[in-house]
Amino acid sequence: MITLEHIYWLTGLMMGGVAIVNWRDWSNPRRFNNTAFWGIYAITFVVGSRLPDLTNGFLVIAMVLVASIRGLGQGKQESATREEREASAQRWGNRLFVPTLTIPLITVLGTVLFKKITISGAPLVDIKQVTVISLAIATVVALATGMIMLRPPLLAPIKEARRLLDAVGWAAVLPQMLAALGALFAIAGVGNVVSGLAQRWIPLDNPFVVVTTYAVGMAVFTMIMGNAFAAFPVMTAGIGLPLIVHKFGGDPAVMAAIGMLSGFCGTLMTPMAANFNIVPTALLELPDEYAVIKVQIPTALMLLGANILLMNFLVFRR
Amino acid sequence: MLSLIGIVIVVIGFVLRINPLLVVTVAGIATGIASGLAPLEVVAAFGKAFITSRYVAIVWLVLPVIGLLEHAGLKERARAVVAGLSAATTSRILLAYFAIRQITAALGLTSLGGHPQMVRPLIAPMAEGAAENQYGELPQSVRYKIRANAAAVDNIALFFGEDIFIAIGSILLIKGFLDQNGVHVEPTQLAIWAIPTAICAFIIHCTRLLLLDRQLRAELAQKEKKA
Repeated sequence: MITLEHIYWLTGLMMGGVAIVNWRDWSNPRRFNNTAFWGIYAITFVVGSRLPDLTNGFLVIAMVLVASIRGLGQGKQESATREEREASAQRWGNRLFVPTLTIPLITVLGTVLFKKITISGAPLVDIKQVTVISLAIATVVALATGMIMLRPPLLAPIKEARRLLDAVGWAAVLPQMLAALGALFAIAGVGNVVSGLAQRWIPLDNPFVVVTTYAVGMAVFTMIMGNAFAAFPVMTAGIGLPLIVHKFGGDPAVMAAIGMLSGFCGTLMTPMAANFNIVPTALLELPDEYAVIKVQIPTALMLLGANILLMNFLVFRR
Repeated sequence: MLSLIGIVIVVIGFVLRINPLLVVTVAGIATGIASGLAPLEVVAAFGKAFITSRYVAIVWLVLPVIGLLEHAGLKERARAVVAGLSAATTSRILLAYFAIRQITAALGLTSLGGHPQMVRPLIAPMAEGAAENQYGELPQSVRYKIRANAAAVDNIALFFGEDIFIAIGSILLIKGFLDQNGVHVEPTQLAIWAIPTAICAFIIHCTRLLLLDRQLRAELAQKEKKA
């Protein structure tokens, strides 16, 4: 059976390759920093599951120190000039889209089909992780298609991966770090403290005020935690269920559905949701790391207002 | 109250734009110690959480093939395709992507988009290419603005589409949590009540996208006057 662990090995292999390419690149003034950063990251993928928690913790701290003291660098040379790329684009035409579109296609197909494929009774892939595993398999198929079509040198894919990953830099690891921070917040009971504060300071005897507090609280707490899933249990146990549902008789399905979507408005406005908001600025080579958030804030605020009104009208409708 | 120290550190760190990896690590360690863990226990808890969250990074496996295709001119081809469509503008391309992304997400096909696999290689170059067709060579600031908008479209369409699908993670989380608290709701009900917000999201963001063409035109006219 293919499990997440196998996919981690594959990811570790890629990160290790990126570290080695960096090590041999003299045009990068900080090549040893890059090598250490991606090298340690590779270790956490390949053997992380078997190392003690404490060792993993120190590996993570080592990565953070490498990235923040002196920082990571980037190699100088582009892999091809614009003229070369344009000539190649002319030559290949729309066939270039085939491997790219293979990725979503195989991911979706895999998500549906892998659930049905079994080999002597056992499923082919771990069903609980089917989407992530399908994505990984899709990237392998797409890469194979691309290699057969373009026939580049054998090491080209890892060199290209290095170019893109170094363009993203430390931001590539930020989503994972924030997930770890969320776990520590949960251990420390940060959520209960926050909902306790809300209950103490806000007049909660008017249904409209309660609905507004719940929706805004979902958004703000999601901005702090970077994730609406972390905010939902806290705000719903603290304000939603006791006040909206039990005290004022609101419909729990409306409250929960619109409450979660109010949290998503918060996700659009916070650097803590790094994989949605910070990573793309690195991927698209934008100088302002808050550029995507700035575009999203007006929509998020208008939509939060719409959510407050919708919940107010729909939750008490019977 | 002391356990809120981590939030304070994160806010200060992000405002001062200190390296976020460092900020998050310091905030995590401070939160752990404030809640009474020993320093080594905090490091271990951090390591454990980092290792269990590795699935977030699997999306980087797309980089070798995307890089390879970019080297072969994928972005240039995406621009050329747009150049052949005279009706294509930045707004219209982003609108079309918004609609496709939101509808497919509502059908549970959330993996049909994403920043590394769709926005960087295809959507952003197409949106930029459409503006180039209309206005010629673009200043960097306008390119950045178009790219940031392309990234935002992917996020907003995904967030406010996916909750209409009944088997998505957030709906299952809601149902599980409410069940634990003795309140029973059907996933279909949750999905239905996500529809009004989805429609509002479509109207609000698509209106803003329609205005984007006009903004770009004004910005480029101003630049030309200066030059």
